[in-house]
Parts: sequence; C-alpha cells; structure tokens
Amino acid sequence: MTSHATDTPRAGARSSDLPEPLHARPVPRPGRWVSAVVVLVLAAMVLHALVTNPNFRWDTVWLYLRDVNVVRGVGWTLVLTFGSMAIAVVLAVLLAIMRRSDNPVMRSVSWAYIWFFRGTPIYTQLVFWGLISVLYPRLSLGVPFGPEFFVFDTRDVITAFWAALLGLALNEAAYLAEIVRAGLGSVDPGQAEAARALGMKESRILRRIVLPQAMRVIAPPTGNETISMLKTTSLVVAVPFTLEITYATSAIGTRTFQPIPLLIVAALWYLLITSVLMVGQYYIERYYGRGFDGGATGPRRGAGRKGSGGTGSTGGAGRRAGRLSRQAAIRGAGTTKDDPFAEVTP
Amino acid sequence: MSATTAPTSDATPATEVPMVEARGVHKVFGHGAGALHVLRGVDLVVPQGSVTVVLGPSGSGKSTLLRCLNELEEITAGSVHVDGELLGYRHDAKGVLHRLHPRRIAAQRSRIGMVFQRFHLFGHMTALENVAEAPVQVRGLSKAAARRRAAELLERVGLADRADHYPAQLSGGQQQRVAIARALAMDPELMLFDEPTSALDPELVGEVLTVMQDLARSGMTMVVVTHEIGFAREVADHVVFMDDGVVVEQGPPGAVLENPSEPRLQEFLSHVL
Ligand SMILES: Nc1ncnc2c1ncn2[C@@H]1O[C@H](COP(=O)(O)OP(=O)(O)OP(=O)(O)O)[C@@H](O)[C@H]1O
Ligand SMILES: [Mg+2]
Repeated sequence: MTSHATDTPRAGARSSDLPEPLHARPVPRPGRWVSAVVVLVLAAMVLHALVTNPNFRWDTVWLYLRDVNVVRGVGWTLVLTFGSMAIAVVLAVLLAIMRRSDNPVMRSVSWAYIWFFRGTPIYTQLVFWGLISVLYPRLSLGVPFGPEFFVFDTRDVITAFWAALLGLALNEAAYLAEIVRAGLGSVDPGQAEAARALGMKESRILRRIVLPQAMRVIAPPTGNETISMLKTTSLVVAVPFTLEITYATSAIGTRTFQPIPLLIVAALWYLLITSVLMVGQYYIERYYGRGFDGGATGPRRGAGRKGSGGTGSTGGAGRRAGRLSRQAAIRGAGTTKDDPFAEVTP
Repeated sequence: MSATTAPTSDATPATEVPMVEARGVHKVFGHGAGALHVLRGVDLVVPQGSVTVVLGPSGSGKSTLLRCLNELEEITAGSVHVDGELLGYRHDAKGVLHRLHPRRIAAQRSRIGMVFQRFHLFGHMTALENVAEAPVQVRGLSKAAARRRAAELLERVGLADRADHYPAQLSGGQQQRVAIARALAMDPELMLFDEPTSALDPELVGEVLTVMQDLARSGMTMVVVTHEIGFAREVADHVVFMDDGVVVEQGPPGAVLENPSEPRLQEFLSHVL
C-alpha cells in the first residue's frame, strides 16, 4: 500500500490516495509554558526599567537621533565601513592567491602580512597611520633606491580620513585573506581540473569557476566581518578622525552634559545599520548559494520541480555534505576573533 | 574493423597521422625516496576515428595515462603527439626542447575533450551554462551563439528539458551526459573518458553508454577507460590491457577479451566478467 508514494515522484499530485493522518494527543509539556512565562516576565521588566528610568532622557535621545551632526556622523561611519571593506576584499583576494602560489616569495610575503596585521591591535595600527606624516614627512615616486620623479608632502596625501580608511582596510584584509583562503580551499579541485581540460586559462578558471563557488563559503563570514567593521570604525579617533558617529555623539554628550542619551543615540544608529546589513547579507548568501542550497533554489525559470524525483537521496546527501564542509571551512578560517586585541570594539 | 594487433593497423592508410601517438611515456610522482613510478614506458597509437578501450586493475595507471594525453599531468619522459602535434613542448631550430607557454598548452587541451568519473560539472551553473561556458571563455563565441549550440548538444544527449537545472538537481546519469555535452561543445577531435560510468547506479549506466556509442558511430576518436566489458566488446576497435604501468596486451576486442594470452589479463577478466 505504502509503495504509492515511492512509485510516483510527485506523490502530492495524488492526494486522494493519501491515507488518513494519525490523530494523537501530544505529550503534555508544562515546562514549556512555565519557562516561556518566566522569560516574558523578565523581558517585560527589562523593557519597563529602560523606558521608565528618567536618567535615560528619552526625549533627548529622540531629539539628537535626527541631529544634523549625528546624521553626518552616520554617513562618515558608512563611508568608512564600506570603503575599508571594499579595499580589504580586493587585498584579501590578492593575499589569498599569493598564499596559494607556487612562488615561495609570494607565499612568505602573504604569510608575513597576515601575521603582522592580525598580531597587532587595530588601535595601535590606527595610531601609527595617524603618525605616518611624522615618521615619513615626504613620499616620492621614482626608481626604487634610485632617482625620485615626484615628491609629495605626506600630510597632503594621507589625510586623517585616508589614514583611517587605510588603517581599517589593511587590518581587515588580513582577516578576510584567511576567509578567502578557506573559501578557495573549499572548492573541489575537480572543478578547476574540468575547466583546465576544456582549455580555460588559469586566471579565467579562478574568476569564472573557483571564486564564484568559493563565495558560498566566503560570503557568510564576510557579512559578519562587515557588521564587526561597522563598530570598529569607532576606533578611528586614534588617528584622530573625529567625524564618525561615536565621536560625534560623545562630543555632543560632553558639551551638553548628557553623555548617556547620546550613547543611546549612537547605539540605536548602529542597531539600525546592522539590521539593514543583515537583510543584505541574507540576499547575498542566497545568491551565492545557488545550485547548492538544494530546496531553496528551484530550477531556473519555472521549469517545475520535475528533476527532484530523479535526484532522490543522493542529492540530499550531497547537499548535507556540502553544508557540513562549508561549516568546517568557516570554522577553519579561524576568523572568529579570539585575538584579545582585535576585540576592543565597544 | 581491422583484426590486426599492430597499433598501426592496415585499416588506416600509412599516410594518415594517428590521432594519438604516445611513445615511451613515463610518469613519476614525487622525487627522492618517496618517488612513485606509475607509468613505465607506455606506447599507445590510436588511429583517427577509432575507439580504444583501456582496461586494467586499480592502480595500474589508467587514469594517469589518460591525464597525460591532455597534459593534466606533465610526463616525466617520452612523447605524446595528438594529431601530429607534440603536446606540451616544441623543438627549436637547433633541436633544443622548450616547454610551451601555458596559453599554448591550454589551446592544445581545448581540442581534447575529457569526461571524468565524478562528472565535475560546474556546481554554480545550470546544465546549459555548463555547456556554453568554455566556447565563450576559450573560443570567444558570442553568448547567444554558445547558448544555441549548448541547447542543441543537450538535445543530442537527450536532456533538452533539463537545460535550466543545476547539477545538484540532476541524477548521476544526467550529470554525466551534460558533462559529455560540455566536452563536445569545444568540437574536440579526441575524447577521453575516465571510467565515465563507475560512479553511477547500475540502472543509469545504460543511458551514458548509449550516448557514447552514438558518439563512436558518428566517427569521434575516443579513448575510454572502463570496466564495462560489454561496451569494449561492442564498440571498441582496439583494447589495451595495462598492469603496473605498462601495456601488457593489446589488440582487437575479439582477440584480447576472448583469447587472452597473458595470465594477468586472464585473471583480470575472470574478476570483471
Ligand atoms: N597526483 C598523484 N600523486 C601521487 N601519486 C599518484 C597521483 N595520481 C596517481 N597516483 C598514483 O599512481 C598510481 C596509479 O593511479 P591511477 O589513478 O592512474 O590508477 P588507475 O589505473 O586509474 O586506478 P583506478 O582503476 O583505481 O582508477 C596509484 O598508485 C596512485 O596512487
Ligand atoms: Mg582511475
């Protein structure tokens, strides 16, 4: 009798043949109700304590949430976040490719870069970038160790903004490089080999075959890094760059003797941006998961689900294995920041 | 089909260049104490338009030989000519041997199709995109033309209705047929198959072998590593038995499969049949 479902790939189409489902009383679970009530009561208490405490000055919070200096600070924070992440991604791909190169010089340089920038606190690095014009008052273009053609005053080229942007990007690139390396490593070598057998050049293979599939592993932790970067930008006061949201709000807080409400203003903006980033992350991950995350991606352009009948259990197992290896690769990337210096984000 | 055991059979005129001519091919993996001598002087001649089946126990070097025929492995000694052209190297006027530029090697590979045991379809592309990718990226074909051609090839392997499916949504047999279409999209003059049906459930083997048989009938030169003795008997012009990195016995399927003279081949066949 039960063989119906397995004989026809689309059992759903023959719902009239489906047997009457079982009706049974669920196991009583009083614990679930009790725990839910306890947690809800605790949450209500926290909320009440937040809203009714006059020290938070919610009216001030609301006033400064829309203050022009604050909104401009949000803008600078966004510029620093996305600007530094963009530079960092490009650099990280380069570093990861160097790390996998046959050339020992390339491998060592990449290794040393990652070693240095992950091994020193971002705060120290930012202070250093702020002092660069003191350390190197002049920058020049010319033959290495030879004549110089153009000479610049460092202070004109590396302003506080560029020092902040570069400082954040160079540090982030070291973390992202490890993520990209794990991503490249997660792609089955058979993929590159098949492309090679078709006569594709190595650079094309990387760009068309390997990187797009590595993105499946690279995208989730990179989203995480972006959200982390959003808050790391508050450290650029070390440069010192003083226009981003944390400094802008704390300056107002000091001036108006109301530090607490302005901390809340900054926190609310960070929360809002993070929420938007999380939505973006969802769509990016879904795009790069195409062809792999099974159920979610149907055949393109409404070809129906005909194929799923044939795929059967092997497809499911493949997907499961894919997901497991992806988890392993993310963990293997070692990007969860256990480096105490990296975790100075307020 | 010719019944001679000599590689250059009289079915092919003496003037015709063989599609594959491998001479004294050696392959050593690694070096020093851990070196592994996998191919120990393999000679192989595949006439134009013929089908050669390579048999042999696991680890005998069949895959390695196939990979040397399209330079996925660099050979340690010997030479491989495909359609009269030396693979991977060139002689200058003084007779000095030079390694070819990777771009030239890629161009040589693009004329040789390869089908893998584990398909290796590009996972992030649909069946159609898989087939259309290399003509666009390597031959510089327009996207529209490549997609039209890809649709034709998918039709030819019986998968016109699966064009928009991702590999994970296809059965093993369907994936392997897409992989064959992908290789054919480059208009290869030679097709290499490395155990194309070994990763398939038994009921899916037939559909892939049928496609390969049609391909052989259309005149494609093929070198096939397989354990499908039935396929060798029906389709092959020439059967090669390898063991321990050397060709132990070769000849037309009738002679090699029905009257093996080598004890090692006799034993192998008793296990496979
Ligand atoms: N890249 C490599 N590095 C080192 N050793 C290798 C490499 N590739 C293959 N070998 C070794 O070469 C030998 C021959 O391998 P090959 O894959 O050619 O055998 P095969 O005849 O195809 O076997 P099978 O039927 O199992 O596929 C094996 O001992 C294998 O371990
Ligand atoms: Mg093999």
